[in-house]
Amino acid sequence: MSNPVTEFYQALIARADQTLAERGDAGKTVIQIGSATCEHAAGSLDVMDEFLKHIQSSGREDIAIHKTGCTGRCSKEPIVGVLTPGKPPVKYERVNREVVHKIFTNHIQKGILLPEHALDGSLEEEYQYELIFCEGQRCGRLANLKTYFESKAKEAGIGRGVVKIDTHRCFGTCSGETEGKATHILVRPSKVIYRVYTEKDIDEILDQHILAGKVVERLAIKEKPVAQNFFDLYADVKFFNAQNRVAMRNSGIVDPESLEEYLKFGGFRALATSLSKSDPEWVINEVLKAKLRGRGGGGFLTGKKWQFAAANEEKTRYIVCNGDEGDPGAFMDRGMLESDPFNIVEGMIIGAYAIGACKGFYYIRAEYPLAIKRIENAIRKCREAGLLGENVMGSGWSFDLEIRLGAGAFVCGEETALIRSIEGERGQPKVRPPFPTTRGLWGKPTCINNVETFANISAIINYGGDWFAQVGTQASGGTKVFALAGKVKHTGLVEVPLGTPLKEVVFTIGGGVLDDKALKAIQTGGPAGGFIPAKWSDMEVDFDPLAKAGSIMGSGGMIVLSEEDCMVDISKFYLTFTQEESCGKCTPCREGTTRMLEILEKITSGKGELSDLDRLERLARLCQQTSLCGLGRAAPNPILSSLKHFREEYVEHIVDKKCSTKKCVALIRYQINPETCIGCTVCARNCPVECITGTRKEAHVIDQERCVKCGQCFEVCRFDAVERI
Amino acid sequence: MSHAIANTDNWAEVKAACEAVLPKHILDFIEANHGQAHSESQLIAILHLVQGHFGFLGQEQMHAVAQLAQIPLAKVTGVATFYHYFRLQPRGKHIINVCLGTACYVKGADKLSQRLMDELGIQFGETTKDGLFSLESTRCLGTCGLAPVIMVDDQVYGPVSPAEASLIVDKYLKKEKGAKAEAAKA
Amino acid sequence: MTDKMINITIDGEPLQVPAGTTVLKAAEKLGINIPRLCYHPNLSIEGACRVCVTQVKGFNHFLTACSQEVWEGMDIQTNSPEIRQARRDIVELLLDNHPKDCQTCERDGNCELQKQAYRLGVRERHFEGQRKRYPVEDSGKSVVRNPEKCILCGRCVRVCAEVQGVNNLSQHGRGFHTVVGPANLVNMDDSVCIQCGQCVAVCPTAAFLEQDHTERVWEALALPRDVKHVVVHTAPAIRATMGEMFGLPMGTPVTGKLVTALRRLGFDAVFDTNFGADLTIIEEATEFLSRMEKGENLPLLTSCSPGWVNFLEKFYPELIPHTSTCKSPMQMMSTLLKTYYAEKKGLDPKDIYVVAIMPCVAKKFEAGRSEHTMADGIPYTDAVLTTRELGWMIKSYGIDFEALPDGEFDRPLGVSSGAADIFGATGGVMEAALRTAAVKLTGEELGPLDFVEVRGVTGLKEASLKINGVEINIAVSNGLTNAKHILDAATAGGKKYHLIEIMACPGGCIMGGGQPYPPLDWDPMDPEIARTRAKALYDIDSHKQLRRSHENPAIEHLYAEFLGQPNGEKAHELLHTHYNARMPRGIR
Repeated sequence: MSNPVTEFYQALIARADQTLAERGDAGKTVIQIGSATCEHAAGSLDVMDEFLKHIQSSGREDIAIHKTGCTGRCSKEPIVGVLTPGKPPVKYERVNREVVHKIFTNHIQKGILLPEHALDGSLEEEYQYELIFCEGQRCGRLANLKTYFESKAKEAGIGRGVVKIDTHRCFGTCSGETEGKATHILVRPSKVIYRVYTEKDIDEILDQHILAGKVVERLAIKEKPVAQNFFDLYADVKFFNAQNRVAMRNSGIVDPESLEEYLKFGGFRALATSLSKSDPEWVINEVLKAKLRGRGGGGFLTGKKWQFAAANEEKTRYIVCNGDEGDPGAFMDRGMLESDPFNIVEGMIIGAYAIGACKGFYYIRAEYPLAIKRIENAIRKCREAGLLGENVMGSGWSFDLEIRLGAGAFVCGEETALIRSIEGERGQPKVRPPFPTTRGLWGKPTCINNVETFANISAIINYGGDWFAQVGTQASGGTKVFALAGKVKHTGLVEVPLGTPLKEVVFTIGGGVLDDKALKAIQTGGPAGGFIPAKWSDMEVDFDPLAKAGSIMGSGGMIVLSEEDCMVDISKFYLTFTQEESCGKCTPCREGTTRMLEILEKITSGKGELSDLDRLERLARLCQQTSLCGLGRAAPNPILSSLKHFREEYVEHIVDKKCSTKKCVALIRYQINPETCIGCTVCARNCPVECITGTRKEAHVIDQERCVKCGQCFEVCRFDAVERI
Repeated sequence: MSHAIANTDNWAEVKAACEAVLPKHILDFIEANHGQAHSESQLIAILHLVQGHFGFLGQEQMHAVAQLAQIPLAKVTGVATFYHYFRLQPRGKHIINVCLGTACYVKGADKLSQRLMDELGIQFGETTKDGLFSLESTRCLGTCGLAPVIMVDDQVYGPVSPAEASLIVDKYLKKEKGAKAEAAKA
Repeated sequence: MTDKMINITIDGEPLQVPAGTTVLKAAEKLGINIPRLCYHPNLSIEGACRVCVTQVKGFNHFLTACSQEVWEGMDIQTNSPEIRQARRDIVELLLDNHPKDCQTCERDGNCELQKQAYRLGVRERHFEGQRKRYPVEDSGKSVVRNPEKCILCGRCVRVCAEVQGVNNLSQHGRGFHTVVGPANLVNMDDSVCIQCGQCVAVCPTAAFLEQDHTERVWEALALPRDVKHVVVHTAPAIRATMGEMFGLPMGTPVTGKLVTALRRLGFDAVFDTNFGADLTIIEEATEFLSRMEKGENLPLLTSCSPGWVNFLEKFYPELIPHTSTCKSPMQMMSTLLKTYYAEKKGLDPKDIYVVAIMPCVAKKFEAGRSEHTMADGIPYTDAVLTTRELGWMIKSYGIDFEALPDGEFDRPLGVSSGAADIFGATGGVMEAALRTAAVKLTGEELGPLDFVEVRGVTGLKEASLKINGVEINIAVSNGLTNAKHILDAATAGGKKYHLIEIMACPGGCIMGGGQPYPPLDWDPMDPEIARTRAKALYDIDSHKQLRRSHENPAIEHLYAEFLGQPNGEKAHELLHTHYNARMPRGIR
């Protein structure tokens, strides 16, 4: 019995394959260049230009340039991948025009690799095969098989240079049936995943594949699991190994502007599955089973939200993608929108089908022009291909998408404010209830989901809700993408299963604190979040534990703070942001955030009194309890959290009028050490308020009354005579 | 006394005056949305187009948008002043946006800001006297891996030290000087 | 559909209310008045002030009573220590951003913010810091803005948008720097404002006030009698509501005391705007019947509401030919005072100072219109005092209003019919017009008196009457959003309307922008207020001998002696006006 949707899908795949074949890239050497905002900012357009020049002048026709999105390894951009058929893919970091020349003349023309430019030193170890053992919840039970392999390999004298062994979280190949019985191994560059049950299986792999170079067909799994493509390419980079790419599985692999490529990587298979069943409830159930919780930070079960929306009598319904991402320090959504837009679109169409929506909106902040462009392109191509518009995929159901721009208002990330913004109003939230799923956009039931939430949908449909649920914790299924930033060595986007200990993110993946300073705290959840003090850094990252600790998951911002950071200053920073972004509608947030900020200014400028802390806490409680929306309710979180864990810093600022980290300018005292000062007069000449007295060759003195603490004298003194205390 | 039905309506004049201050593509956009369901919800999109064309939202233009899109003027200006992306004053030819998001702040965006203010001689929100540069601050641009970051027009630069910031400004100045010289020659 | 009943507990008391009831309304059933500032029964729910928060079991944060609908088993605390503290802090935050001039503020004794601060026990000020600074915008002829006193409750924005359909006001800016005003924060008179003053009526503080005319009236009254002859005439709505300003029960007619009070204040003559109302009916009924005969320019739209006239000129200029060219009763009176009365008294119009007491704020604007000035630029109406302003003047003088004996209007310009009295109620002008038109159409002396179809304070009423075989489709609207509905319907081409009464203020003139703020135990704009006040006017009407405008002997005399024919040349010169499309053009 033929199903129109399935037929449509097959035809679509066939057409895509043909288009890709016509491109004639099979067998070519592919140069992969990152093309998202970060990459452009780091200079990838120059890199692309330089490669094109080289290719042209070389006359070679067997080299193709491939644009991809962002892998999340931001501090090493521009990253260039050189993919020669049959050879392990090589990634180079911080490429500029000079390095392009080196890569082209050495690697591409002569096959000479350049380990000194390799991404994260990934070429330091030469090897023929890399075996990546899965350490996920289900497979990890058979960790003994890895130990067995290692000992057998040692016995056989197979050492470094032939085999490299790594571990990884979850490829998505397991199921209830394999749980506890089998484990999985990805072998690079053979692009094969083995399902092994016994030590005999391990022997076979060793003998047949490693020693004889032949894939063991009977052990290889046929389906392509969720993150395989990613790890085929990037598994040798330590930054990625402890990660688990579900939402970001195509970021850095696929050309974000190509529908054909997305289809080749399994795109729209999930939509075809969902539509061919003609059962929206099946979709909702799958998402419920997955225990997917809203990735925008609310943590509300997505399946439940969809259920509420679908249960309305009102038949006109809307679905909205929240791409406002206003948290300073968060860029996960931008990364995904720019790098894998078709995936987000697919997730949204599936969601729309599940709730019975006729129209969907992308609300993207205006500050993301490339994301807007990429989504526009994706929507257009989907329409052309019959994936949007009338009769989607031949299913009889019609649905279309439209982009609506934000315009610089953080509060529009809040659901009801977002709705107001789409309606063309000032983005001021409305009282809830009624909730948007009952009465939202233009009074109709509206489901608003975050970009990352949608990014997970196709994986859930393709690999099953059960599978998704077991990647994660009891309460929350799946992974979370974090934007790791701050005083950490490796900044970028990190995707880990929920339940991963915080310190693993910061140290194992992030490389530890910048300059190897002591970790002070980890801030999660953006301006609505709190601080997890270093002593709790082995906390599992999940919605409920973070909330219990006085923070929130938020959209995924994770800022690492070291001993060099002042907690009072950071709290003030966050409150400055919130106060400016307050919409002004309700009294406690509008007035309260201003008054709290005034108190913090007082404290950081040395005029604080201990009673200020009481007033601060009183206002904080007021905002939490009486504000109209989440912005106001969460605005005091950084303050309350820092008061709880770092109260002594506040007291120091107030009582001692001191800031130990020397971040609070007004509390820094500059003074000249009379023994070191040689009287060169450079400081006095540079002082903007002329408060330094002293004649040549005599020790100078700073008039503390008039000093404005600009720090110029400190900067210009060549003799380290100016002290900061 | 007879009461002849005189034409007391002023819509034709009002419409003509409004159409005269907006470019065709914006007029077309407003026209295309006429009669569509929830056409008033396109206000933000229209304002983006106006700012995209003129560089800011002028009073005449906002009045024209109100009349042609049939949205109360108070709503138009209420929306325009709510969203910080919209400017009601003309800006310089090049907009320098310093990111003051968390990651950039932690990596020294304040020193960077100070250098730019000194270099250009203006405060945030102001434009240089020669009309070349406006200095603005923005919240997170989403490029935190490259902190601290500045954006000049559409181009993102990062990481930028105070010294590098000066070089970037010089680059644009040179470009402007060059363009001016070209124009003078022509 | 059954109205499901819900069981809840408020402060330990069990209660059963229909589904959909809010906590605020439920508490009122128990006699508990939860404090509130931005809530308004006739406007959409804003939930902005947060003063009405209540503690609900099972929630960490507080929920606003105005917006929260009850659910089965809801357990609510309205007065716990935490709630009291929260409310106190919220009002304190409002005070911290507010001028400290309660002792001299025009809302003293009648300010909702002050009332809540006192009630909630705000004794100490904990959170002082920067305050918003804005200049007072007092160039408006009718409405004055003082943004420093604004608590951003949003009532003015909502009433201007939802009830009046004018959409002149919006919040501008964001966060701490939010300020309410017309587009681009221009002066009110340069905006699309139609001067109705509903913003003034709903404002809980002194952020919106009427333009003060009391100073100039004090000055005029102080001039010697032979230098300035100061006369006053008072609108029908005043006599039904002035008593409220002196603690009398709402709806007590106080005509007699009002007249005496005006004499005590020093006015040289006290006349009744009702006379002008009767005159308006004669002119307008004549105009109407003439149009009916010719079948031209129908429906006829009334023109005595200056807020509506402003709305006409800015929003519906194409309907100007439909609007009655009759001046409003106030302007007809003032015109007569500076022509007919001047002649009779042998006075130079320049030496006459005319003061009108109006429930209306737009009348101040109307008085200054160029169409309502004499050839040498002297306005017919020199000053307009709202009911509030006159009430203050009486109090300021020290007159014990309640103890005053009843007085009588001066003649002949103080004689009026009951039809004139009901002008103050919505539907009153229509009823008055029909009483006269019916007589003219049937030729019968005693035509119908009570047209109850047009009574009642609902926003839009329609009726079809047949008088002597002539079908007359009428409509009565109050509040300009309702006007939009009827005007759009009338011009759509379906049903044919003949006569439409349009009043700018919801509820009619008795709910005008210049009327007393209701007593503090009443909800402002509670429909009961309109009904109670209107009843006073209908009672006055039904107790009068003279019920029809055209039977007013003083009016008959006026035509015979001075005006000539209704709609005649002299009548047109003095009692009719014209309108123009005005900018800025309103968006419909």
